[in-house]
Parts: sequence; structure tokens; C-alpha cells
Amino acid sequence: MLLPRRLSAQFVMLFAALILSACSSSAATVASPQVIRETVEVQVTAPPQIIEATVEVPVPADPGSLVIYSGRSEALVAPIIAQFAEATGIDVEVRYGSTAEIAATLLEEGSNSPADVFFAQDPGGVGAVAKAGLLAKLPAETLNLVPERFRSPEGTWTGVSGRARVVVYNTATLTPEDLPADIYDFINPEWSGRIGFAPSNASFQTMVTAMRLTWGEEKTRAWLEGLKANQPVLLENNNAVVQAAAAGEIDAGFVNHYYLYRFLKEEGESFGARNHFLTGSGPGSLIMTASIGRLANGPNEENAIRFINFLLSPVAQQYFSAQTYEYPLVDGVVTQAGLPPLSELESSALDIDISTLDDVQGTTALIRDVGLLE
Amino acid sequence: MVERKRSFQVLPVRSALHNPNWPLVLLWSASLIVVALILLPIAYLVIRALGSSDAFASLSQARTWQIMFNSLALAVASALCSMLIGLPLAWLVVRSDLPWRRFWNTLAPLPLVLPSFVAAYLYISVLGPRGMLQQLLEGPFQINRLPSIYGFWGALFTLSMLTYPYVFLSTRAALSQIDPALEEAGRSLGLGPWRTFWRVTLPQLRPALGSAALLVALYSLRDFGAVALMRYTTFTRAIYTQYNSFDRSQAAFLALLLIGMTIVLISLEARLFVRTRTSGSLQTSLRQSAPLRLGIWRWPALLFCGLIIGLSLLLPISVLGYWLVRGLLAGETLASVGSAIRGSLLASAVGALFCVIAALPVSILVARWPSRWSKLIERLIYIGFALPGIAIALALVFFGIQYARPLYQSFSMLMIAYTILFVPQAVGALRSALLRIHISLEESARSLGSSPLAVFWRVTLPLMRPGLLAAASLTFLTAMKELPITLLLAPTGFRTLATIVWSSVSEAYFARAAAPALLIVLLSSLPLALLNRNNTA
Repeated sequence: MLLPRRLSAQFVMLFAALILSACSSSAATVASPQVIRETVEVQVTAPPQIIEATVEVPVPADPGSLVIYSGRSEALVAPIIAQFAEATGIDVEVRYGSTAEIAATLLEEGSNSPADVFFAQDPGGVGAVAKAGLLAKLPAETLNLVPERFRSPEGTWTGVSGRARVVVYNTATLTPEDLPADIYDFINPEWSGRIGFAPSNASFQTMVTAMRLTWGEEKTRAWLEGLKANQPVLLENNNAVVQAAAAGEIDAGFVNHYYLYRFLKEEGESFGARNHFLTGSGPGSLIMTASIGRLANGPNEENAIRFINFLLSPVAQQYFSAQTYEYPLVDGVVTQAGLPPLSELESSALDIDISTLDDVQGTTALIRDVGLLE
Repeated sequence: MVERKRSFQVLPVRSALHNPNWPLVLLWSASLIVVALILLPIAYLVIRALGSSDAFASLSQARTWQIMFNSLALAVASALCSMLIGLPLAWLVVRSDLPWRRFWNTLAPLPLVLPSFVAAYLYISVLGPRGMLQQLLEGPFQINRLPSIYGFWGALFTLSMLTYPYVFLSTRAALSQIDPALEEAGRSLGLGPWRTFWRVTLPQLRPALGSAALLVALYSLRDFGAVALMRYTTFTRAIYTQYNSFDRSQAAFLALLLIGMTIVLISLEARLFVRTRTSGSLQTSLRQSAPLRLGIWRWPALLFCGLIIGLSLLLPISVLGYWLVRGLLAGETLASVGSAIRGSLLASAVGALFCVIAALPVSILVARWPSRWSKLIERLIYIGFALPGIAIALALVFFGIQYARPLYQSFSMLMIAYTILFVPQAVGALRSALLRIHISLEESARSLGSSPLAVFWRVTLPLMRPGLLAAASLTFLTAMKELPITLLLAPTGFRTLATIVWSSVSEAYFARAAAPALLIVLLSSLPLALLNRNNTA
């Protein structure tokens, strides 16, 4: 017997401008999503927009259990998973690791894996596991919640939340007007010694895969070689790129959009870097998704689908939007102010299916061949 | 006197050969089980590397050789640096009249507990471009650019700061057990203090120095956090890059090359630090030699200690404290750490127990029945320590899920993995403890009619107590910060402090990382305090 339970949550959406002004001076307590009838109190210098999201979560009579393998870090997703567990009574267990580590584990485990779902940071992670035939097809009603280009055409996984590639720049040396409209132009000699990025990072590699698909191999190679000639600073991850830009070690870097906001939250307005969205430049503003798939041999099929549906519900989508600064992928969810709407990036960007971006090995071979990766 | 001692060292070998008996069989079987565990990851890597035909292609690429050179250079340099720091520090603390010796003695081993990615992050935020140091200097001194911390020197600096405690701990233990009569004899024969040290003390420290230096070198080979953040490419970083692009075969092949390099380093150690099997003194209670007067030299000595402790411990802790306070002021909520404290303590304590138990038969074999084969076993055991954690974890996933299903993702499985990784540290400490116990003590107990087991239980084990404690604490400390294995093999949902720190730092939530990181330091100092008390008593 299913007893539906209403789950609602209030979210505080801060305008980007407010974040910048509020964080350094006041205690901006951004609340976690709360279960029904709990009120969220927030104090900021200016009134934030308060949004309430609601979802009906079916509560099974015998809740059973669910094993999640998460390549997304505990700091990002633990609160929303806890909310799901609390509302449904399902005994949820989560194994955290990097997406690559978890994917390799799933590939070693094969069909014996105790996991029910794989929640990955990027499409490449679920793609690798799907290629090994370990993921089951998701129900159509689940898949249809998400625009087609953010899910696998075989229906084995779907995107959950989006992040955009952006250029992060040092505010002391540059203004947005100084930045080229197209990411390709960063190979101009004027950028010599001024740029940085993380070549081993999955998101950077996915962007290069998108370039190979839209620009073709030759232009992509030319771009990578041009970057190399500009003596870029090669960093370990997106955090490091944002920090390097803020520190003035580089003037501009290629990253995902959401890292900046966490630095702003912790370090305040004086943080020396901001994002620039390359709205007219194809792969330079690629949208990537955190993605989820269900393991075909997972013991708890129903709970797995319940969880995936929950992640695509307004409550979870609003959580990702409000708490992790990501783009929601489901209609009717409010995006952080200050971020250009997804549709704007979408229209200007490319007409590629995110699922075609799974040739990670071809991309790393190219980047390595150019000499930007060990 | 030296001559008389040398005559003892053949004894155990002879007695073993003449009375082949069941304890020996038992020891060998137990040791072989440990070795079999260590060989599991290697078997897995071979299977994976053979899975792809183009894995071997990387051998022909110049880049592979460059990475090999990078890795070796870093391993050798950090072994050297950690000796240059750890040896004088231990000597000053044990043998001189340095002021505040207890203070230095307590703090010196602590940097060992910092996870390397945390330490590297902290150093970058202080010493990196536009870091805290530069901001301090900018105003008054107009210094706008510091020498870059990135690359070889940054990686070397971070690793030396983290690993000198290996040398410090083992040298300290060895120094406090050297018979002062030897040095006094050297002095009375006209050697100055400096030459006494070089010609009498140092040769006796060589086995301890050698195994510690080897641990440091292997630690540098397998480290990922420090080299990744310092942007220096070693084998381990290249292996992770392969896993990032989901190429397990190539990763396995690189890991096998890494094992090859490990073998080179292990034999290098065997050659450079020839095992002088000095048998322990017949005295059961050692008197301490009178502390050497430093005189005017106390000032540079104090400066040295202050600099090392400051850079390796106080600086990282202050930055963590700063992150914590800044985050709390900004209204950051802290992660709940209750279950993680329990997880960390449980895994590290039981892991230490597992390692000591596994290390006992091996170290007895190596110390009491030295032969070509026991030496081989000892060297094989070190291989596990050089492998990146992810390779060990995936090997156990591979074998566990196929052949040991009931154990898979159980706490016992995690402990087996910890044993593979940490047993060489324990063997090192136990072996030197055993070598310091004079064989004639055991032999007289035997001749009085005790069974070999009773001798072990009532004579050897009690005398080994400092060594057992050292082995257990060393394992405890390093298990406390272990990451990839804990993430992939622990029971699902099992949390440790290190996993929270990792999760928070990787998403740039520094305040949330600071509290559990500080807790790691705090909790790890408990066994160290115990060890110190035992060492000074």
C-alpha cells in the first residue's frame, strides 16, 4: 500500500548581486531544504526571494533499502539524499568516491554489484558503465521529465542537474569586455602566459569532446595546440583554476560555473574572480549534467526508480538550484538569479546530444598527443 | 667489544638449521599468507594490463620515461630530505641538552597524520601565488611575486614535511637503545664528539635509517594528493589520469611499472644500508648516556627545531583554525562528525591490530632466521606500500566480489586492505625491536626448559613492547588519513574523518573540512602521547 506524503521545502534564492554584497558582511544562513511544516528563517541584508517547492513522495508500506554509489561528493548531495530517506522511510546507504573511482569499482564488480543506482558527476562516468551493459533502461515517464538532449538515447541514464562551462577571470586585470566571445580566440598570442585550465578534469575533457563533435578533429587539435603555444598554467581541478584566477596567477581560466559561488560564499565579496558566460561560442558554454543511472542487477529496482524520480522532482531540483548553484533540468524550477537562463545558453550553444560526449578515451588521447596531459 | 658482539650473530642461523621445528613451520606459513595477500594486487594488475594490447605501447614513449625519472627523483630526494630533518631532530631530542626537549619530542611526529592533499592545499594557500605570505609581504616590502611553489620543489617540500617523522621515530627508538658504552669507548679512544657520531653512532643507526628512508621513498611514489596539487607528474598522478578516462588497462600497466621502480628502490636500500645485524645488548635495562652539552650551538639547534615544527605542524594547524573561524563567522554549517569519529577510531585501531599481528611472524622470521628467502619475503612486503591506494582497492574489489562474496564490503575486507598497505611500516618497527633483544635471553629461557611458544610469550613479547607500540601507533596514524581504500572497500555508508575532509575540500568547502582535519590531528596525538611516555620512561 502506498501512502503518499507531501514533502515541501522552502528555498531561499539569492540574487547573485545580493550574494556578492551580503556574504562578506552578514551571516547569510542559507538553509537546507526542510521536511513539511518546518519554516526556514533567513537573515540577509536585503529580502531574498523565497520559493516553496512541493512533491508528493509515495511512502511504501515496506520501505526496504537502497544502495547508492555516488561520484558526487557528500558535501553536495548528502542533504537531499537524507531528505529522501527521511520522507520515504527507505534505508538508504551511500558509498561516496570520485566518479572515476566509483565507475572503475562498478566495472570491476560487474553484474555482482550490490549497487542500485550510480549518481555520477558527469555523463562520462555513467556512459562508461552503460557501455559495459551494466545499466537498465529507465521508465519513459522518468526520462520524459528531462529534455531529450540531457539524457541517454538508449534511456539508460538521465541528467539531473546542469553546469555550464564558463571563463573565470581576474577582476583586477580584466573586465568582461576584454574577453573574447568565442573560446577559440584564446589561442591568440595576446593570451600567452595568461590562461589556465585543468586538462585532467572530466569537465574540461567533455568540453573538448564537444569541440571534436562540433568543430571537427582538426580545428580542435589546432585549438589545443594554440593553447599549448600560449604556455597555459595546467591545474589539477576546477577549484584550483578559480583560485589561480582570483590570485592573479592567471588572468582567465576555463571552468564550470558553480565553483565560483562557493568561494564567494566563504571568502566574501573581495574574492578576486568572477564568471563570464560565453553565450555566443558553441562548445565554450557547453552544458554538462550530473547524471544518474540504475544498475540492471541492483536488488532494489523500485526504490531506485523512486529515488531517480525524486531527484527530478521540484524539491530536489530546487535544492540543486539553490544550494549547489546548478541549473535545474526540469521545467518550472527557479534558477539562481545572475545566471543566464539555460535556454539562452542552449540556443547559442550546440545542437549536440550530451550522450554523444562519451568518447573520453579519444579525447584524452588527443589532449595527451598535443602534450597538455601526462 | 664490537668484535664480541659480532660473534653472536651467527647463532640464530645455526640453531635454526640444526633444530628444524614446528615454530619455524608456523612462522613460514603465517608469513606466506601475508605475502600472498600482498601479491593479490599484483596479480590483479597483471590481469588488467593484459586486457589491452596497446597498454605496452606507452613503454616506447618518451613521456613514460620522463614520468619515471620524475617519480624516482622525487622519491630519492624526499628520502634524503626526510633524513636530513629527522635524524638531527631525533639526535637533539634524545642525546642533547636542548631546551624544551619534551615539547619537541611530542610535536615532531605529528605531521605524519596530515593527509597529503590537505597539507598541500594548506601550503599553497600560504606560500602560493597571492597566498597569505605574499599578502603579508606586499604591504610593507612591496614584494609582489614569490618564487613559485609549484613543481618539483613544492612537492618535495610538502612530502618532506609529512614524512620526516618516519625517520624521526625510528631514529629516536634506535638512539635510545644504543648501548652508551660503545660511544664512551669511542670517546675514550680519542675520538671527538663529531667523529664518535660518524664512526660509532651512525653505523648503528643505519638499519633504522634505511628502513625509514625506504618508507619515505615509497610514500612519495604512491602519493597522489601532494603531487597533484603541486602540479608535479609522477606515476601515481599518471595512473589517476588514466582512471579518470576510464582506461583500467593502461592504468594497470603504469602501476606495474611503478612496482618495477619499487623493486629498484628496495634493492637500492638493501645495498646502501647493509643490514648490520648487531645483536642487542645483554643489559635488559639500558642506562641513558649523559646528554651532550650543546653550548652555543643550542641557538641554531633551537632555530632548526622551531623552523621544522613551525612549518610542518603549526603552520598547517593555524591555517585550518583560520578556515574554521572564517567559515563559522560567515555562517557556514559544519558537517556532523560523530559517526565519522567512531569510524576513524575503529578502522585505525583495528587496522593497527591487524597489521601488528600480520607483521609479527614476518619480522620474527627476518630477525631470527635471516636467510635469502626470509629476506625476499621482507622485500616483497614493501611492494604494497608503493602502490596507489586505488590499485589495491580495485584488486580487492575484483577478487572479493568473485571469490569472497560474504566478505565483500565488510569491515574485515577493509582491514585486509589496510594490512596489505600498512604491514611494511609495522614490520620495520618490529624487526628493529627484535634485533635489539639479545638472542641469549631467549636461549637461556629455552635451556631452562620453556617451550618455544612460552619463550615467545614470556620473554620476547614483553621485551618487544616498545616496538609493538611503535608499530601500532605508526599504523594507526597512517590509517587515520587513508582515503581511496576506505572509500571503495568499507561497508557502504561507513564514514571516517578523512572522507569528510576529502569530500569538503574537493568542493571548496574549506570551513567544513577544517573541523574534521583538526580532529584527525587531535585524535592521532593520543597514541603518540602513549608512545612518547613509553619512550621516555
